[in-house]
Amino acid sequence: MNPPNPLIGTRPFPEAAATELRNPQLRANLTHATHTIRNKRSRVVGEVPDWEQLRETGRAIKADVLRRLPELLEQFEAAATAAGATVHWARDAAEACALIARIIHATGHREVVKVKSMATQEIGLNEALEAEGIAAYETDLAELIVQLADDTPSHILVPAIHYNRSQIRDIFLRRMSDVDPSLSDQPAELAEAARKHLRRRFLNAKVAISGANFAIAETGTLVVVESEGNGRMCLTLPETLISVVGIEKILPTFNDLEVFLQLLPRSSTGERMNPYTSMWTGVTPGDGPQNVHIVLIDNGRTATLADEVGRQALACIRCSACLNVCPVYERTGGHAYGSVYPGPIGAILSPQLTGVARNSSLPFASSLCGACYDVCPVKINIPEVLVHLRQEYVNDKRDQTSAERAAMRALAWVMRDSRRWSTALRAARTGGGVLASVLRRPRVRHMPWPLSAWTSSRDAPLPAQETFREWWARRERNGGEER
Amino acid sequence: MIKKTGQYGGARAEILRRVRAAVAGAPPVTVPRDYHFTRPDIDLVELFIERLTDYKARVHRGEEAIATCLDGVSRLAVPAGIPRRWLSAYQGQVLTEPLTTETLDTVDAVLTGCALAIAETGTLVLDAGPDQGTRALTLIPDHHICVVRREQIVGGVPEAVRRLNPTRPLTWISGPSATSDIELNRVEGVHGPRRLDVVLVE
Ligand code: SF4
Repeated sequence: MNPPNPLIGTRPFPEAAATELRNPQLRANLTHATHTIRNKRSRVVGEVPDWEQLRETGRAIKADVLRRLPELLEQFEAAATAAGATVHWARDAAEACALIARIIHATGHREVVKVKSMATQEIGLNEALEAEGIAAYETDLAELIVQLADDTPSHILVPAIHYNRSQIRDIFLRRMSDVDPSLSDQPAELAEAARKHLRRRFLNAKVAISGANFAIAETGTLVVVESEGNGRMCLTLPETLISVVGIEKILPTFNDLEVFLQLLPRSSTGERMNPYTSMWTGVTPGDGPQNVHIVLIDNGRTATLADEVGRQALACIRCSACLNVCPVYERTGGHAYGSVYPGPIGAILSPQLTGVARNSSLPFASSLCGACYDVCPVKINIPEVLVHLRQEYVNDKRDQTSAERAAMRALAWVMRDSRRWSTALRAARTGGGVLASVLRRPRVRHMPWPLSAWTSSRDAPLPAQETFREWWARRERNGGEER
Repeated sequence: MIKKTGQYGGARAEILRRVRAAVAGAPPVTVPRDYHFTRPDIDLVELFIERLTDYKARVHRGEEAIATCLDGVSRLAVPAGIPRRWLSAYQGQVLTEPLTTETLDTVDAVLTGCALAIAETGTLVLDAGPDQGTRALTLIPDHHICVVRREQIVGGVPEAVRRLNPTRPLTWISGPSATSDIELNRVEGVHGPRRLDVVLVE
């Protein structure tokens, strides 16, 4: 049997969502967490006078990168190699995992410490290494919680967002051999327990695995943005460092960081700057790992890149702002998506990385309210891509009615332009038109409309009296307060 | 020379071929650069202090304050190139780099300078210069005392990025290490130094 694909759930979204919706503790944790982060985000974004210019530049840099990706990848490889790193390439998850296992085996060590990395989760690295007799230890607090609980992450940024403090204490008491049995559920005490638990492991670590937030073509530099210092530990103390980097993580120049290091922290944790950012270029003699490897992975990215509408999903900087504002995510949590990439970005990225046919329910896991587009720091038009993927799915089905096909085409056209989209939503709200019916009811007969799973808990299906976008805009103007 | 990697040597060529095919014919993109490169006239020192305090870092002014920060520190790690006068009033044991991980794990604090600081985000940037030492030096001890000279403070992120040398290992530090993984409550101090003192000097 093949190992499960970390990008594909075992059940379609509506079915998985229905289960998650029956968990009131999960919903309470999620509501608290997503609202806390989005309020923080809107405060720190509000104090940047040139935020819209930064977003537009961020979007354009990413679009430019995708267009020039062949030359930029070669430039990155040459610069990193010249600085002492070894650059590897992997077409898919299996190839990447085998390659990484070989690098680790060559060091003679059987334990690795890991910095939180979406790319390594996407390729199922921990499981693959385990099969090779290599133990991989997650060191990010939330990843540690999830790993100790034998669970999977449910949020890109705060993977243990579905656990509250007392649940976390119980996991620690059950699974950490060195923990004080009188451990309370105070966050500071829990963090201290994690610090103690990991300290020896960090100081003795010989091999570390990381991802990278950015890879600079001009200089061969990698950048990791983090909070706890576990990243610095992994990036600094071991002899061998292996960084797994999606080919879309490239930025052309070092100066481009001046845009992304403003966009990312404010959008993700809602801080002006995250506590720690590390940047390294190959090997620095006498400082940090001397055996430095970079694994560039494709794993469905080139197929995504070939889709003119869908390729914008590759601009994602994994800030998770779109998760935190999504009314669907807030109710179902991350697990319902069945992929390591949940929420709005997951709904467009996972099906493209795997092929829509293998992940066909995800493009429907959205109410198309547009809140994700409004907060995205690189202006990915997520609703547009969702509609595009739905259309692709519908076009694949032989038994659809031509009315459905026409409606999907009309919707796609409307969504390609944000002004058209707002106008259409307003029109739909007040009544008639093809679009109103498209927006209101299921348009793919064989796909249960995911919203039906939570209409019981929603005041009104969209489009409501006010669109989510309008509500959000008003709320942002009011400094994040509901008025 | 680009190293090919064994049996997977074909991956590089194939990925590059797929990427080329995928973007063939995509139109050129113009990147606008109309965001702000500098911050308008503001008191950078005041802003820097406000932002640091927000992160629960402790801020002190004047070289004399170094002694206050070192109060209670009996073993102090330092990089090879710090000005010796920073230690003039210090009575404890001074351990100078190179230092092993094990030794670093036994010191009470580390004292360094920095490459520059960013007022708007309350950030210190270290570039492994002679007064900053290796990356491990400022990571393992639980207490970091960082001296910032007034002229090292820039307004915002673009000014900082443009002054840095990317070929050096860079560490950006904004407050003590922290996590928000438990119910989104910020907890200061996980793996990096839990106490950060910033001393502003002329
Ligand atoms: S799609 Fe945009 S908002 Fe969502 S995680 Fe990616 S960059 Fe952030």
